[in-house]
Amino acid sequence: MTEIFGVPVAVILGQLMLGLVNGAFYAMLSLGLAVIFGMMGVVNFAHGAFYALGSFAALLGLQFLGVNYWMGLVLAPLAVGLLGMIIERLLLRHLYRVDPLYGLLLTFGVALIVEGGLQERFGSSGQSYPVPAALAGAVNLGFMILPKYRAWVIVASVTVCFGTWFLIERTRLGATLRAARENGPLLQAFGVNVPLLLTLTYGGGIALAALAGVLAAPVILVTPQMGSSLVTVVFAVVVIGGMGSILGAIVSGLGLGVIEGFTKVIYPEASNIVVYVVMALVLILRPAGLFGKE
Amino acid sequence: MRTRTIFYTIAVACAACIPLTGVYPVFMMKLLCLAIFACSYNLLLGYSGMLSFGHAAFFGTAAYATGWLMTVHRSGVGMSILGGVLAAAVLGLVIGVVAIRRHGIYFAMVTLALAQLVYFVCLEAPFTGGENGLQGVGRGALFGLLPLKSDIAMYYLVLAAFVAVFAFIQRVVHSPFGQVLKAIRENERRAISLGYDINRYKLAAFVLSASLAGLGGSLKTLVLGFVTLSDVSQSASAEVILMTLLGGIGTFFGPALGAAIVVTLQEYLSDIVGGWVTVIIGVIFVACVLTFRRGIVGALARFAKRV
Repeated sequence: MTEIFGVPVAVILGQLMLGLVNGAFYAMLSLGLAVIFGMMGVVNFAHGAFYALGSFAALLGLQFLGVNYWMGLVLAPLAVGLLGMIIERLLLRHLYRVDPLYGLLLTFGVALIVEGGLQERFGSSGQSYPVPAALAGAVNLGFMILPKYRAWVIVASVTVCFGTWFLIERTRLGATLRAARENGPLLQAFGVNVPLLLTLTYGGGIALAALAGVLAAPVILVTPQMGSSLVTVVFAVVVIGGMGSILGAIVSGLGLGVIEGFTKVIYPEASNIVVYVVMALVLILRPAGLFGKE
Repeated sequence: MRTRTIFYTIAVACAACIPLTGVYPVFMMKLLCLAIFACSYNLLLGYSGMLSFGHAAFFGTAAYATGWLMTVHRSGVGMSILGGVLAAAVLGLVIGVVAIRRHGIYFAMVTLALAQLVYFVCLEAPFTGGENGLQGVGRGALFGLLPLKSDIAMYYLVLAAFVAVFAFIQRVVHSPFGQVLKAIRENERRAISLGYDINRYKLAAFVLSASLAGLGGSLKTLVLGFVTLSDVSQSASAEVILMTLLGGIGTFFGPALGAAIVVTLQEYLSDIVGGWVTVIIGVIFVACVLTFRRGIVGALARFAKRV
């Protein structure tokens, strides 16, 4: 077996694969954050909580309603996205005129409510979601063994990410959304329902988080805290990519997953902190973030 | 001004009498330590307009440094507290240099991420005891003279520290330095055009706030006799925001009042409602942000002005 720095190549590739899977989740979550921030100016602290809620929705759907994985992939984000829209209508809407920091604090409170509720209802021990039959097992590529489900996660997430990018940057709906951000009152004068647009944007961003939660359910332990440990990493990813930059969120999400995977091979103790170190370096060298404009 | 002096004298006298009333002294001390933490946080958020989402990093680092000095090095109480505050100040300088490069929400996210970095370092580093934390930290004797073993002696030390911090923050806010900070908070560009090097002012405020937060952490270690990871955790950072928000951002008395309410809620509510405490705190957060942005003291002050 060939080795690099005394580490077998198969181990390195395996860790890179895991890193890429993590990166796929970082990308999807930071994408949702970037969309919500870019279009509404809200830093959505509750993103991790909705990610966890997506996982739980899929899990409960499977256990009690017989909703299979593929149905869950559609239904769970819809349900959680709807909840997001209700929260935007009832709570977030009142804060658009005040300092954006209040939006951050409000969504933090929402995160506490959702996570505390899940914890109280399901405990913190965690449950597992079975891998769907069609994606069980692994393929031997010769140089490494590739679990089918992980490959699916990467493909699905990259597709969703670039689909979202295309929707916002290249379609008429996206142009309208960007116009709403640029000058809401003017767009409203043209007869576009801007408040509805904002509700849909928040719901869409939340649905992305929930979709990531469903995708993650079979590869991780589903616990109420699964989101809160991830959300700070994702915040760092968004800062690195440049706040509000959609492409930045996708690229730095995937990239940082890989860097984290590499660190696990070379210096495992630092794997938890490497993202934050990269963030500090980026802030010193390029305060606006890698893809940010300023 | 006269009424204010009388008010403060009465407040200090009441606080000094509390050990006589039979309230559990450790609870009161914990409350005062967190009140110091909240007041230091208010110096940053209320008077300099910077929302840090990672202030527990300073609180916890100082707590660990003090615990480490007491247990491993057998340093005196004074030295251990000083060491804790210094550790917090140095960390404040390092984090501050990076964080003040961004404003507003970005600042919040950067401090959050860097505090998480500190958390993981505390989890892995050999001198923090990892998941177990540092246990069995004694109290020793202040300057080798005054033994702090009794809760009463310790209580008066913590109370004195709180009064000192409170008076110091008042002094800072009313000083020319504090006025510049307020000017920066209100209009950064104008402050620049008036010739102030705003980054130096912001950094100074950040380090000052971090050091005072560290004092709160150091004292808490002495009071409880242990340090755990929860002292550096994100939830501790969030708690101090809640205390300040609930009591009133940018009011002198608000953060201390907020600390009293939050600590009391956690202490007594968890017996009644169990795990729902997190949910209730979340609801308070949401309610504060939506309906009560001035906080209790801010709302009272406004009401008093109207009457």
